[in-house]
Parts: sequence; structure tokens; C-alpha cells
Amino acid sequence: MAGRERLTRASHSGLPEWLGRPGPSAYHRLNPLTKATLATVTAVAAVALGGLVGPALLVIGAVLIPAVAAGVLGRLLRLSLLLALPIAISAFLVNLFFFPGGRTELLRIGPIVATAEGLGFALEILARILAISGAVTLFYLTTRPSDLVLDLERRGVSPRIGFVANASVQAVPAMVERAVQITAAQRARGLDTEGSPLRRARGILPIVGPVILGSIAEVEERTMALEARAFGRPGRRTLLWAPHDTAAEGVVRWLLLAGLLVLVVARLAGVGP
Amino acid sequence: MSLALRGVGYRYPGVAVPALLDVDLHLGSGEVVGVTGASESGKTTLCLVVSGLAPRVVGGRIRGTITLDGESVDDWPMHRLAGRVGIGFQDPTSQLSQVAVTVFEEVAFGPMNLGVARDAIVERTWEALGTLRIEGLAERDPRRLSGGQQQLVAMAGLLAMRPAHLVLDEPTAQLDPAGTRLVAEAVERLAEGGASILITEQKTDLLASVADRVVVLRDGRFALDGPTDEVLADPRLIELGVREPAPLRLRRLAATAGVDPALLQPAADA
Repeated sequence: MAGRERLTRASHSGLPEWLGRPGPSAYHRLNPLTKATLATVTAVAAVALGGLVGPALLVIGAVLIPAVAAGVLGRLLRLSLLLALPIAISAFLVNLFFFPGGRTELLRIGPIVATAEGLGFALEILARILAISGAVTLFYLTTRPSDLVLDLERRGVSPRIGFVANASVQAVPAMVERAVQITAAQRARGLDTEGSPLRRARGILPIVGPVILGSIAEVEERTMALEARAFGRPGRRTLLWAPHDTAAEGVVRWLLLAGLLVLVVARLAGVGP
Repeated sequence: MSLALRGVGYRYPGVAVPALLDVDLHLGSGEVVGVTGASESGKTTLCLVVSGLAPRVVGGRIRGTITLDGESVDDWPMHRLAGRVGIGFQDPTSQLSQVAVTVFEEVAFGPMNLGVARDAIVERTWEALGTLRIEGLAERDPRRLSGGQQQLVAMAGLLAMRPAHLVLDEPTAQLDPAGTRLVAEAVERLAEGGASILITEQKTDLLASVADRVVVLRDGRFALDGPTDEVLADPRLIELGVREPAPLRLRRLAATAGVDPALLQPAADA
């Protein structure tokens, strides 16, 4: 406000040096868009590549080695396995035992037969799933969502799109926290959430209802708060900082995308294993 | 600088009964107007109407005239109003942007949206944090703070936008006495700087210390409106569902018990 006197003498000044502090490893310090491109290319290439060797090499080269370099291998293995295991196990078992055209018998359990052809295909699927979950987890562990949003905004993407994406990611832990609080409150009032599956199922409704209704009410209030803070203003916002980027990284991103395009076109044309 | 409502009525969408009726209110430069009343008397609705959120964001129907510095705001979009009128809500959690990963960025969110120059944003942000004495929280994740701390951060976010007019809907509902004092000090400093402030509160002690004028709402209408001392000493306050400030309550109880109220002295004088 023009002419408004300073409220207090500020004890700090300048942009804080910790704002957008670089990550602990060289991989962390890559531009978020580069890491997002790497994750996307790895995931799509894992699907596009045929056979076992290609996806397996992707897991090693694009997931495990960078994870070691970033110092997140332990967390990556835990998280990506947690993410992939349910689908990986079911896909592995279905293909191992029910692969159409499988002839070389490896194991028989009653009427169900595991075949060598089924095992080979199951391993291929497994490698693809691990490559996808590993790439996504590596990106998650080395990149703050807000950094990617800031980087995209700097490149001209609407802050609203970035906000929706970022807020959606942030909303998950908030909803989990709300569910934990409501569960504790309902249990304190005698709700039984333990015991037989039927009893547990009966206990879900009094928890899910308040979680969903509470979230809807919060969205309404948050919309008002955002509008009151001029989020609806058209035009560009001022950005305090943006993630570091280099021309070399830009070249790498384009090369990766071009390589992926060539791979997908080649696979669609029937080239490759 | 002034903000004025003349003959304003408001009805929420899908509701037949108006939430506000025939409201006349004038907020002058540097003036602090306190609003109190029983639950559902229309305090929050008044805040939404004055800030422009109702009906622009909330929906519903409004009648009457609202002017800002003499200019009608009927056709103003919300983002234009937001640069002039700031509003703080009772629940701090829903006021956070959810995208800022540090308190500093959270406080800077509003000025960033307004397109303020970067150096000015940094200065405003430190200043707002300093006003509420929460510079120490600058690097923290706002989502991991206590409710009271989040309320102060939300308030700092408002201050950083430097609105000419400020609407605060029960800003101290989640604050301890120390936090309440900080908010009171911030309100006083802002008013000294020329901002006009509308503050709703159940805590009449806070209104007694910061408000120049107090309005008591009942069923969406002004039941009492006048200088703070007069309104808060009005015998009709209790029947309007409002608790009088502690010193007045003490005097009333003393008189009821047959104790001479003149014997009651503030602790500092004892």
C-alpha cells in the first residue's frame, strides 16, 4: 500500500538462501523436468521394448544406478516393491500358469501347469512392471512436486494446472491424516474396527462418510481462501525462484524424447524382438 | 480509504431466509470495527459479503450497495477485490495454499499471485513474519505446524498482501493468549498505518482492546451499533448471546454478590 509505513523493523532481509536449496546429490540437482522426462521415457520404453533384456537393462541403467548415485536405493526398493508387488505377483502367476500356447512343462499342481514359455513371458512382464514402478518411485524420491510445478510455471504452464496436480498429491496425506483422526474419534465412541472382516466392513461407513464430507467442505473453504489471495488473477504470477536448468539438460531431454519416439515408431512398425 | 455497505442484504444459494438484512456499515481509514453476536447471527456472512467472496465465489443473491473508496465494486472481479480487501478465516488449515513447502513461500503466495515485484515480495514477507514474530518459522513446512502457528502464518499471508481493508473472521479462535496478543498488536499497527479493519470475535475482551466501534448482530441485522465502551457495557448484550468483557462481568458478578465494585482494582494497581 502506497505511503504505508513499515509495520516493524524486519530482522531478516533478502531471499532466504535455503529457498529451493539444491538436493543432496547430483541426481537430485537435475532439473525436475529432466527427471520427469527420464521417468516417463523409462516407463514408456519399458513397455515398448520387447523381451526381457531391454526392460532389465532399463531397470539397472535408468533406475538402480541413478538410485545408488542419489543415495536412495534402500527407500526406492522398499517403496517401488510395495507399489508393484500386488500387480507383479498376480501378473507373474497368471502368466506362469496360464500362458496360452505354453508347451514345455516345468511344474504341475493338480490341473494347473507352469510352463517354460509362461515363465519367460512372466519374467518379461515383471521386468516391465519393475521398470515402471522404479522410474516413478525414483522421481518421487528425488523431486519435490512443488519444484516441478514451479519449473513448469516458469515455462508458461498455467499455475492452475500445476496447482491442481500439486494439491492432488498433497491432498492424499492430508486425507489419510483426517481418516486416522476420525477413526480414533469413532473408536473412542465405541466403533469396532477390529475383529472379523464383516465387523471391519461395518466400521468403514462411519469413517468414510465424515472423511469425504469433511474433504468436500474443506475444498469449498480452500477455494474461498485461494480466491481471497488473488489466485484467480489472470496473467503471470511472480516466481520467487525456479529450479536450475542448463542448455545441456535441455538437449538431453529432447534426445531422450526423440529416442523414445523412434523406439515407439519402430515397435509399431514391427521392428525389434 | 473507506469501505461502505448501504442497505445490504444477502441470501445463500438455495436458502429462502436471508442471512443478512439491511446492513449499513462504514469503515473509515484506520478504523477498527468489531462485530460480535451469537452463533449463526450472521458474523461470517458479513465477512464474506464485505470481502466480496459472497456472492462472487459462494453464490447466492445480494442487494444494496458496496463501495470501496467511493467506487461501487459490483462489477469488480474477485482478484481485483483481493488486492484491496484481505480476509482471514477461522480455520487456518483451509487457508493454507497447500502448495508452499515453507512458511516463507506460504506468506509470499498472495503477493506472488498479485504479480508484485520479487524484491518487494521478499521485503513484504519478512515484514509480515516479523510483525507476528514468527520469522523463526520461515523455513518450516506450514502443514506441519500447530493450529495456532498456522493461524499466525495465515494472518502473515494476509499482511503480506498489504490490503487497504482487512476482514478477520474470528482470527484468534485457535490461538493461546500470547498468540491473541500478537494478533491484537498486528491489528493495532495496521490500523495505525491507515488500514480499515472489520474483525468478528466471540472474545469481547479482544474487541474491547482493539475496536473503535462494535456492532452486535442478531438474525442478520444490527441489534447494537456504537462506540466500543457503550456497546460492550449495554445490558442487552447477554440477551443477544454475547458475553461481556471480563472486567465488566466481574463488576456485575460482584454487584450481584453484594460486593462494592469499586473495591475491584486491576492487578497492576493492587
